[in-house]
Amino acid sequence: MAGTIKGLATYQLEEIGCQIILGNTYHLALRPTSELIDELGGLHKFMNWPRALLTDSGGFQMSPVDGKPMLLTPEESIQIQNRIGADIIMALDDVVKTTITGPRIEEAMYRTLRWIDRCIAAHKRPHDQNLFGIVQGGLDPVLRDICVRGLVDRNLPGYAIGGLAGGEDKDSFWRVVAQCTATLPEDKPRYVMGVGYPLDIVVCSALGADMYDCVYPTRTARFGTALVPEGVLKLKHRAMAEDTRPIDPTCACMVCKNYTRAYIHSLVTKDAMGSQLLSFHNLYYMMQLSKNLHSSIVQGKFPEFVCNFLQKMFPKGDIPEWVCNAMEVAEIDISSCCAPFRYIQATKVQSNLNEDEIQAV
Amino acid sequence: MKFVVKAWSNGGARAGILHLGTSTIDTPSLLLSTRKGLPHFISPDLLSCLPAPESRLLHVSPLHFLEGLSMKTISKIGGLHQLLGLHDHCFVAVPRDSIQCLPEANSTNKIGASFETPCGRLLIKPVEYMEMISSTRPELWATLADEVPAWVSDKRNKTSVDRTIKWLDECISISPASGAVFGAIVGGSSLEERRRCAQEVATRNVSGYWVGGLGLGESMDERPALLNAVIEALPEEKPRLICGLGLPEEILQGIAAGVDIFESTYVAQFAMYYHPTCLLTMLIAFTAIYRKDTTSIVEGCTCYTCRNHTRAYINHLLNVHEMLAQILLEIHNTHHFLGFFRLIRDAINAGRFEEFRREFVQRWR
Repeated sequence: MAGTIKGLATYQLEEIGCQIILGNTYHLALRPTSELIDELGGLHKFMNWPRALLTDSGGFQMSPVDGKPMLLTPEESIQIQNRIGADIIMALDDVVKTTITGPRIEEAMYRTLRWIDRCIAAHKRPHDQNLFGIVQGGLDPVLRDICVRGLVDRNLPGYAIGGLAGGEDKDSFWRVVAQCTATLPEDKPRYVMGVGYPLDIVVCSALGADMYDCVYPTRTARFGTALVPEGVLKLKHRAMAEDTRPIDPTCACMVCKNYTRAYIHSLVTKDAMGSQLLSFHNLYYMMQLSKNLHSSIVQGKFPEFVCNFLQKMFPKGDIPEWVCNAMEVAEIDISSCCAPFRYIQATKVQSNLNEDEIQAV
Repeated sequence: MKFVVKAWSNGGARAGILHLGTSTIDTPSLLLSTRKGLPHFISPDLLSCLPAPESRLLHVSPLHFLEGLSMKTISKIGGLHQLLGLHDHCFVAVPRDSIQCLPEANSTNKIGASFETPCGRLLIKPVEYMEMISSTRPELWATLADEVPAWVSDKRNKTSVDRTIKWLDECISISPASGAVFGAIVGGSSLEERRRCAQEVATRNVSGYWVGGLGLGESMDERPALLNAVIEALPEEKPRLICGLGLPEEILQGIAAGVDIFESTYVAQFAMYYHPTCLLTMLIAFTAIYRKDTTSIVEGCTCYTCRNHTRAYINHLLNVHEMLAQILLEIHNTHHFLGFFRLIRDAINAGRFEEFRREFVQRWR
């Protein structure tokens, strides 16, 4: 955010249960500048947010405002983040789109490794700011592996899985996450950057990721879309004008407890209050999802939670194949939610492989 | 609804107590402006941080709902309290909203009153208006009026008075069982017509009076005489409501004449156009000088914004066009404006309203 979550006051964020907010380093460096934030005591004090903050490196969104290309060195990125003062800061990495192929990906991965050392050297506040490294390497498991090992060697407080959420197909996406979580240390947080949709978060959590960031909940709110267990609800739709139910009858947020879809429909895209109320609900929904993931894991009921979640989102059992494959690798049995035909298909593939392997031996 | 006058101070200014719904409100008091029933920017969970009970009177224009929500649906949901999730607040319905639902006198005719709204020009008949009232169920509502600006012909002005009285009678005859009705009084800039209208309305069975048609082109100098012409014809014991007076000075004028409840879009205007205003220190237009200012907007102000945020932060939010700026400003400005009304009430109770008014106007200028 540029010093605020769109349309919500810090009191509301606390009420919703937000524990950590991401600050957009590029925007903050532009306005009001990291020097000013530093002079006024850091971002926590500037926005009066008593909980945690994370800043990104400022490198990901380098579209220039004034037409001049902006070069950000690792040293500059860390300096800016030191001044802003967030609890977690991100190393500057060389990000390439996963849809790109060729030597550029390898170049980006090695550069990311060289830069982590420069970031570590430039970091003036290792005692109060945690520098996370970011794993790059595109969709190539060999490159990803080299990057993971390189970062783990530096013994950082946490690790991010970067370079995803940029247009790659879901099947490639989950495999990269699975590979990274399998090889990153168990006792350090794993942060999948730019993810995302509730379904993606559930899958990545099953695979062993811990942290996520996404503009999706608030951005989609501004377009009149609410997050619900079934997926999404488009409040702009004319049918909503007469719907006197709450957005989500199972949601305990102040929006669902007090307002009907009809009223929200009358506000969305026309009045600021509409996007405020929807942003509130959507963030509450995401916080609740995180809480439920957390508590179901702690209580040893994670597979049930996942099944429940998938059943609501895919009542016909038409769970996407990538989700089924990912859950299998995560060793979460979701057979009860899959339509029988699909499940048999998936397991058939598995048993065919086994036969081939045996024959080869 | 119950209203009792408690104290007077030099002339027309009076302090009273209004019992409305479940609230007991001291007058003179302010109606907060809303858009479709909720403030423009202050979300409902932050409304409770405004001083109570004085922040509980909300002005609602039923016309706002015509954009996207049918009266049938509102009725099905149960009226404004259910629709808006505000059970401790009181709703005062007046069709006119001085920012977005302006009376369009040229299009008003014998069938209904015309308004210029975000969903185009609307002609509202008395029977349609009463359907809105019975669906929304406000605690208090004003009858439909033909409001004309100051520059219309005498003939047009006279017609507006005749129509307003006719529509008042129609509205009352269709009136729902609940909700206090305030009779609308118009008359443009003509002292005679104002008096005539007030005298007529005073004979009707209403709980109070809504002085309409002001803030539509008459000058501040003309207004005291017009207000007096109206108020003199009205019984003392019933409350008077007025819309369209924006500036603090104009509010003071209205109070001096004997008005009790005010709808003013002063706060909303400033929140919408990025202009924070602090009445007593006259802080206007955030500029670069506030970049590093770590003080609150007003020192010692106890509003949510001043307790939690600095001028520097709000300056930043304004520069990056973040909605949070408008939310925080609407909170502060509302809080501050309500404080202004409290000072007025204190002055009236102490019998020194005219001194207060003089001092304020001097400092303001």
